[in-house]
Amino acid sequence: MLKIKNLHVSVDENVILKGLDLEVKPGQIHAIMGPNGAGKSTFAKVLAGDPSYEILSGEILLNETNILELDPEERAYLGLFIGFQYPVEIPGISNAQFLLAAYNAKRKAQQKTPVSEEVFRALLLEKIQLLEMKEEYLDRNLNEGFSGGEKKRNEILQMAVLDPQVAILDETDSGLDIDAMRIVACGVKRLFSKDKGLLLITHYQRLLDYIRPHIVHVMMDGQIVKTGDHELAKELEEKGYDWLEVGA
Amino acid sequence: MSTEQILEEKTEYKYGFSTDIETDSLPKGLSEETIREISRRKGEPEFLLKFRLRAFEKWKQMDEPNWANIGFNPIDYQDISYYSAPKIKQSLESLDEVDPEILRTFEKLGIPLDEQKRLSGVAVDVVFDSVSLGTTFKKTLDDAGVTLCSISEAVQKFPEIIEKYIGTVVPVGDNYFAALNSAVFSDGSFVYIPKGVRCPIELSTYFRINDRNTGQFERTLIIAEDDSYVSYLEGCTAPAYDNNQLHAAVVELVAHTRAEIKYSTVQNWYAGDPKTGVGGIFNFVTKRGRCAGYRSKISWTQVEAGAAITWKYPSCILQGDESVGEFYSVALTNGKMQADTGTKMIHLGKNTRSTIISKGISADQSHNTYRGLVKVAPRAENARNYTQCDSMLVGNKCSANTFPYIETANGTAEVEHEASTSKMNEEQLLYLQSRGIDREDAINLIVNGFCKEVFSELPLEFATEAQKLLTLKLENSVG
Repeated sequence: MLKIKNLHVSVDENVILKGLDLEVKPGQIHAIMGPNGAGKSTFAKVLAGDPSYEILSGEILLNETNILELDPEERAYLGLFIGFQYPVEIPGISNAQFLLAAYNAKRKAQQKTPVSEEVFRALLLEKIQLLEMKEEYLDRNLNEGFSGGEKKRNEILQMAVLDPQVAILDETDSGLDIDAMRIVACGVKRLFSKDKGLLLITHYQRLLDYIRPHIVHVMMDGQIVKTGDHELAKELEEKGYDWLEVGA
Repeated sequence: MSTEQILEEKTEYKYGFSTDIETDSLPKGLSEETIREISRRKGEPEFLLKFRLRAFEKWKQMDEPNWANIGFNPIDYQDISYYSAPKIKQSLESLDEVDPEILRTFEKLGIPLDEQKRLSGVAVDVVFDSVSLGTTFKKTLDDAGVTLCSISEAVQKFPEIIEKYIGTVVPVGDNYFAALNSAVFSDGSFVYIPKGVRCPIELSTYFRINDRNTGQFERTLIIAEDDSYVSYLEGCTAPAYDNNQLHAAVVELVAHTRAEIKYSTVQNWYAGDPKTGVGGIFNFVTKRGRCAGYRSKISWTQVEAGAAITWKYPSCILQGDESVGEFYSVALTNGKMQADTGTKMIHLGKNTRSTIISKGISADQSHNTYRGLVKVAPRAENARNYTQCDSMLVGNKCSANTFPYIETANGTAEVEHEASTSKMNEEQLLYLQSRGIDREDAINLIVNGFCKEVFSELPLEFATEAQKLLTLKLENSVG
């Protein structure tokens, strides 16, 4: 359902992604691991449609549609979701207000009538329980003054509300303590189903103990250099990335 | 037959013209003779002519202020026509009788000056090139005992009130532009709320400049007697002209014991060519309110989104004990616009309180300055002020400045100041867009969030308009 073919991307004249290939099929959980600077976060932002990156060549197909020419919001309407590594703070907009705007924008794109604030509130209350979040989060300004962990949890709340087909979570585990990690991981697992795709970008194997991926990729210098199963993640945890560099 | 055609025929039949509005203008230039002529044409009483001449004497001895953070080419005050009035004047019962040409211009400007406005309960006093044309909802106001009319009419009908108050809040020699206005003002609005009356509707006035080279010198006076309340809205938008146009208005408010005046403005004058900065309105305005009575309150809310240059400091003189002054402002600059705006809170009475919330948004190559003074006089025991100045930068070629001045002569005063600067950036937009919120709505959300405390002070209808206006202005500036 998500297919990346020979993707080359640069920013400020620096080529970051150098021929990335990846395919996520329905019902699959993938993990991308790799050292700092490998291009993992660039990849997430390119998927989101960040205009500061230049696509040199390649394709990103979401259910057979090439989304490279689409605006970020159009990608969202097609069922793509990116959980950002550093969610931005937006003062003056409540979390609930923002979520309602996003939810209704999607409904509008699907030619459904918008839901009222009251109806939506009920939906939100159900979703925050899933992530064991307090109701007060809904009325606080979007990510403003949130701790790192709260921001990440808030990303997953957005995912729960928007119910995407394919979700890419960029280092959602960083900044989470062990209890929060368990809660977030359980939430993500509950949101996953066999008709959906999930791609986890992470530094550490920790998260993968909670959400066991079907396929693990190692990304180095803008390419996937190795693909394996869950065992590969463990191996990386023990040996680090250097052995792969030597081998490559 | 379309409504427009009917209107046109009707007009033609009734008034004998249908297209261009003839204007009855004075030749360009300013002298004592011009002032006497303005006063004569308007049939003014002696005291007003003296007032004008006193102002003119002061003005001649003054220099254009140069302390503001703005720059412009010198204005040739002799190259301006100081009086321009539509030739045919009659009192109108409803807007149907207004020249369709004027109505069409309003329509083009997107001013909802129609039945909707009436139905939504807003009385509109239309000022077109300095002379008021019509007032709707007169009856509701009459029943309540509220007076809303042009200041020219008030001069004829209530000369003693005008004489008592004019120039008492903004003296003739207050500043260069106020002196000029006092000498040559052509028209404006007058509001009088009698004792104990709560004005039943929001009072609204739309201004616009029509004639090329016609400086517009509005004069507004609002008097709220003891225990009264009024909310006054002023909105303006002007069409695109090449040459700079001077707009030097004076607004004076007086609130007596326990009276409250709420004055809201949405300003969208033509700002000049966004690339070259050519043209656009010079908005040099003096607005001041006097909280004369015990527990009186004056609240200024402004959304300044247009004009090549805005030079404006709506202020409060907190004279009555326990009186309250408020200033809520959003100033948006883009293209080559320059804004130097803020307020003055002068605490004279005991236990007086003031609040200043200023939001500056600057985009493109514009300059946006907040300048504010909080002054506490020796006898103003326990004065309190809270000031919050936030700036948002869009892009990296613009600038934002904050100049807060604080002068306290009483040790019991508590003055708080908070300031912040933020940037609207692609990252925020990407974040919102990636959640399905399109770019326009994303800008809207961010701006609205930033300006929330100010928008919430505007009447609902105005708040929505103001919000749309800012989004529209910023769409091309982001990214």
